[in-house]
Amino acid sequence: MKILIVIIFAFLVCQANAFRPILLLGNQNLIERTCKQTPFYDLCIWSLKSNPESRDASVKKLAQIMVDSLKTKATETLDLIDELLQDGLALDPEMQKALTSCAERYNVIIRGDVPEINEALKTGDYKFAAKGANDAAIEANSCEIEFPTKSPLTDMNKVVHDVSVVAASIVKIIQTKFSF
Amino acid sequence: MADINPLLPVSSSDGSSNLTGQATCRRPIKVVVSIFFGLLTVGLFAALLIRNNGPVDYVDVHENERGSLASTAFEKAENLKPVSRGPAAGVSEKSNWAFGGDLPDYPWNNSMLSWQRTAFHFQPEKNWMNDPNGPLFYKGWYHFFYQYNPNAPVWGDIVWGHAVSKDLIHWLHLPLAMVADQWYDKNGVWTGSATILHDGKIVMLYTGSTTEGVQVQNLAYPADQNDPLLVHWVKYPRNPVLVPPPGIGPNDFRDPTTAWLTSEGKWRITIGSKINKTGIALVYDTKDFINYEMLDGLLHAVPGTGMWECVDFFPVSETENNGLETSINGHGIKHVVKASLDDDRHDYYAIGTYNDRNGTWIPDRPNIDVGIGLRYDYGIYYAAKTFYDQNKKRRVLWGWIGESDSEAADVKKGWASVQSIPRTILFDKKTGTHLLQWPVEEIDSLRLKSKEFNQVRIQAGSVVPLDIDSATQLDIIAEFKIDSDALDKATGSSDASFDCVTSGGAAERGALGPFGLLVLADERLSEQTPVYFYMTKGSDGNLKTFFCNDQSRSSKASDVDKHIYGSLVPVLRGENLSIRILVDHSIIESFGQGGRTVITSRVYPTKAIHGAAKVFLFNNATELNVTASLKTWQMNSAFIQPYPNL
Repeated sequence: MKILIVIIFAFLVCQANAFRPILLLGNQNLIERTCKQTPFYDLCIWSLKSNPESRDASVKKLAQIMVDSLKTKATETLDLIDELLQDGLALDPEMQKALTSCAERYNVIIRGDVPEINEALKTGDYKFAAKGANDAAIEANSCEIEFPTKSPLTDMNKVVHDVSVVAASIVKIIQTKFSF
Repeated sequence: MADINPLLPVSSSDGSSNLTGQATCRRPIKVVVSIFFGLLTVGLFAALLIRNNGPVDYVDVHENERGSLASTAFEKAENLKPVSRGPAAGVSEKSNWAFGGDLPDYPWNNSMLSWQRTAFHFQPEKNWMNDPNGPLFYKGWYHFFYQYNPNAPVWGDIVWGHAVSKDLIHWLHLPLAMVADQWYDKNGVWTGSATILHDGKIVMLYTGSTTEGVQVQNLAYPADQNDPLLVHWVKYPRNPVLVPPPGIGPNDFRDPTTAWLTSEGKWRITIGSKINKTGIALVYDTKDFINYEMLDGLLHAVPGTGMWECVDFFPVSETENNGLETSINGHGIKHVVKASLDDDRHDYYAIGTYNDRNGTWIPDRPNIDVGIGLRYDYGIYYAAKTFYDQNKKRRVLWGWIGESDSEAADVKKGWASVQSIPRTILFDKKTGTHLLQWPVEEIDSLRLKSKEFNQVRIQAGSVVPLDIDSATQLDIIAEFKIDSDALDKATGSSDASFDCVTSGGAAERGALGPFGLLVLADERLSEQTPVYFYMTKGSDGNLKTFFCNDQSRSSKASDVDKHIYGSLVPVLRGENLSIRILVDHSIIESFGQGGRTVITSRVYPTKAIHGAAKVFLFNNATELNVTASLKTWQMNSAFIQPYPNL
């Protein structure tokens, strides 16, 4: 019947529309699935989606985006530490000591961990990417606990720590899931 | 639900206008409309299902033992509780301690950091090292090559370092053997192995990471085979000789082995890889190390083990006490397959039978197959590689010992990683299931002043200080005798689920353990690293012995690894419990039962350093008295230095 043909046609067209969200948001799906496997879903989603390169990215690229985010946050933190240290005489010695130690740690994150992770991701020796990411989390955490009383860096240390952990989780996904 | 798209009005209005106003079609209208919506609903459900149907396995990030601080609370300094460096799920919080109001005063100072450098373990003068490469004996010299970063104490910019020695202990540094100067190794001159040919010539196969980041295999050889120091190396001009085959990922193809001869007279190598989550070993035959034929089958594969790095394959004699040249095959010979698992960063081996005709190997005991069974070392030990030492007819094992402190400390001290003391490897005839590892005998040449302690009785719940002088460079050989009465009397219990790694360490008292030694301990025992046995008796009366190394109180610092390492160690009837420990500043290598179970750890005390480090015997069991006899030696430095006047 003509009617049936029209109906089937309409049905197919509506199906295309129903599928359209998936086609458009195909990579949204990968980002969500990836972030669900990290302990900080919201942070992961936000960090990835706010970078336009995540649009058609592979999991490996998502890891690289996360590392860029780590570098940005770590650099911001180091800038703050340098600012605080410039107060110089106004700082009590404990605070000074802690800030100096934190500066060392953040330098290592930016100039040691981040390049290590990037080279490992590029060349496919993922255990070193995991090592660098895990170390960044430890450095941020170690910085935080150096302050005998109130830390001026708590929020920033937490962000750097959490971003590192997310990056490490994504690396683990690359290592242990089928992908090439 | 159904969202009829406004961009496509025609279909629905067409449909409905066709459906309306035709009296003859009124009754079928309802049928048609319900079919329409029925199909639509089905279609949308299908769409939803497909969307959600990717396997969303929650990768348990708590498994990441290297410090994924995923679920640890982000403790503020006010709470004065250092955050566990390990996963909250795997390591009980008992393994940390609360400072109880006393803040750690450890931020690494130069005294603590400079103490960490080892005296007789191989390490370059500075910067980063990882995998051992191409070890061999040639024209009177032992050669050792290694993954090296000339620019920083973190991994990266990898090239081949080189050193030589007459005795595997006293090393002399040589210039870099190979650097990243070709497109096929621009992103890394990675791990490889040496083969000595019939005429005594050497060929080296190694992995290069190309400018595109693809892993390929390359051939290199000494520029001058008459130079006993093998200082200069030449790369084959038409490298690479192997690229990832179809079905193998560009990042899953590395670490070619030493070649061995097939019965057809060809050379055969194996290269680790993976397919999905199955770790595999690919096999290639060659006559000239330039042209290869890949065998159809794999040497072996084990599902779920992930990428196999640094595969090693070698024969061991079931009867003789010497090593075997890599090509040997025949009666009374078993073959070992070893793989470094990228997923968990441990080295696993299995003993089995090799079939030369089709280039395959099967394990004697599939339940302890490669990657799911025995490890060379239950501590921090990776990328190990053996070579046949034709000089002394032994098979010698090298292993990379990384750091377990923070990279900030590595940067501050200017170096990272050491190699284990080379170990001989033998088949353990007594158990038939294990390999035995033991430090090469040349290390005995470092022994200086010794002290002997005979029949020292250690009561349950006690600690006995040992009066030796310095305690940071030591060789200790100890034997423990236990009251067999106490063993018989002990009640079998649910202790039977004990595991070093998940236990409470040396502080967790059991009926029959722990007991052993405390090394790198200060007088007050505020820092200590126990190396010990822990025995359990199952409800069936069977005794099990565990050999463990507890880092949980090894340092006041909070940015170092505090895990407890260890495993079951087979103890046969009539055997006393024995331990050998090499202490060399920040590295401890411990050998249980003659090397049946080995544990290497890195520890970074802040107080138990220099003259303050001491050794104790301890017995923290509740129902067992133990008698220990031991000998300790001060160990000399190996004076590892650059080759003079090169």
